[in-house]
Amino acid sequence: MKKTPPERLIDENGRRIDGRLPDEMRPLRIEAGVLKNADGSAYVELGNNKVIAAAYGPREVVPRHEALPDRAVFRCRYTMLPFSVDERKSPQPSRREVELSKVIREALAPAIFLQEYPRTAIEVYINIIQADGGTRTASIIAGAVALADAGISMRDLVAAIAVGKIGDILVLDINGLEDQFGDGDMPIAMMPSRGEITLLQADGVYTPQQIEEAIKLAQKAIQKIYAEQVRALKSKYEAIKESE
Amino acid sequence: MPIYVKDRQIVVPGEAIGEQGKIKIEGHVFRIGKKYYSKVLGVVTINEDAKVLRVIPLKGKYFPVEGHTVIGKIIDVGFTSWDVDINSPYTAVLPVSEVTSKPVTISRTDLSKILDVGDLILAKIVSFDLNKDPVLTIKESKLGKIPRGVLVEIPPQKIPRIIGKKGSMISMIKEMLGVELIVGQNGRIVIVGEDPYKVELAVLTIRKIESEAHTTGLTDRIKKFIEERLRT
Repeated sequence: MKKTPPERLIDENGRRIDGRLPDEMRPLRIEAGVLKNADGSAYVELGNNKVIAAAYGPREVVPRHEALPDRAVFRCRYTMLPFSVDERKSPQPSRREVELSKVIREALAPAIFLQEYPRTAIEVYINIIQADGGTRTASIIAGAVALADAGISMRDLVAAIAVGKIGDILVLDINGLEDQFGDGDMPIAMMPSRGEITLLQADGVYTPQQIEEAIKLAQKAIQKIYAEQVRALKSKYEAIKESE
Repeated sequence: MPIYVKDRQIVVPGEAIGEQGKIKIEGHVFRIGKKYYSKVLGVVTINEDAKVLRVIPLKGKYFPVEGHTVIGKIIDVGFTSWDVDINSPYTAVLPVSEVTSKPVTISRTDLSKILDVGDLILAKIVSFDLNKDPVLTIKESKLGKIPRGVLVEIPPQKIPRIIGKKGSMISMIKEMLGVELIVGQNGRIVIVGEDPYKVELAVLTIRKIESEAHTTGLTDRIKKFIEERLRT
């Protein structure tokens, strides 16, 4: 992925490289229940990111000895498809994908009532069809909707967004270029109606004030994402209701 | 004690339902402090007379409950028991002692002569807790092997709509189409009938109920649907 660095990421009018303002999100579209064979599924478009998630479970644990007597095993697999980036990505799971699978699992797990399903497994498979910065946050959005669509007991949905840094300016929802040439990336995941943070990573240097500001910025966006998640989940059923 | 939701409203996990007061809140909900929240993607039903608000999930796997009647499929024959798939994350066990009251000499009888892999049975759940696999029985009347019919699977949460209020829906389908319906609470239905066209129509009817289970006035609409199809 050799891109020539842009001259600057923010122009004199305060607009970003794709014309957005610093606190503006990319357009988001969510669809629930797109796959017939999975128990639950979701498709998410966040700008140029295209993500599909499938949830299964609760179902029998394979291999059996991994089953837990008091709660469900929760598994998560994040995969980038070979055509999802500029240059072909090897289909072999990379170090990065293994790490992101873990990070996404730990962001979603607090929302699920795992103790309700002992000796079973709940699985989420996430495939990145097209990547453009912030795939982990798009994956968390998709994973949460897929789990809810599968009818699994949850405390809340989980929504996520990244806050980046360009120079000294905090910018919301950074894209691929800003991620590569910017000065910081801080993905944040939250349970929106509870206001609890389930994921907070950061690279780059921040002052304490900036971190607080970033969380506030993310919180606002997460409420918007949550509204879209709810709409996606409800619309499938409300459409039938209205047609009567 | 405000209630934030309306009857027949669709709720998502984490959505606030209300506080318990005059109206009791039950079903798939959890509580933090005084407030109740939905656990699942479900639909709210409010029964004004009984003063009960329930959250019923729209989807999900079947969870065994003692006393439920289920339709199971034999997946393995052991020396003293059968393994039965009951459309749930837990495989059920059907011991020989719950099949016949006659003594069976297991060293001489081949259990697959009684029930073989692939057979469908109507069974009752005798016991189940989350540490042990569910145990079935077919010793009671009306339970046992289902010799023929067409199997349909729907989400188990929608079974009450197939049955209807006091069995109104199911008896209507039986009467109008002249077919027999065997319903398991695990989301499996077996349709037994002579006329293949009517059996097929019964399958279509069940699929229609499945997709419109969360709406009101369903019985009348289904009646119209069957009448229309019977004419052509």
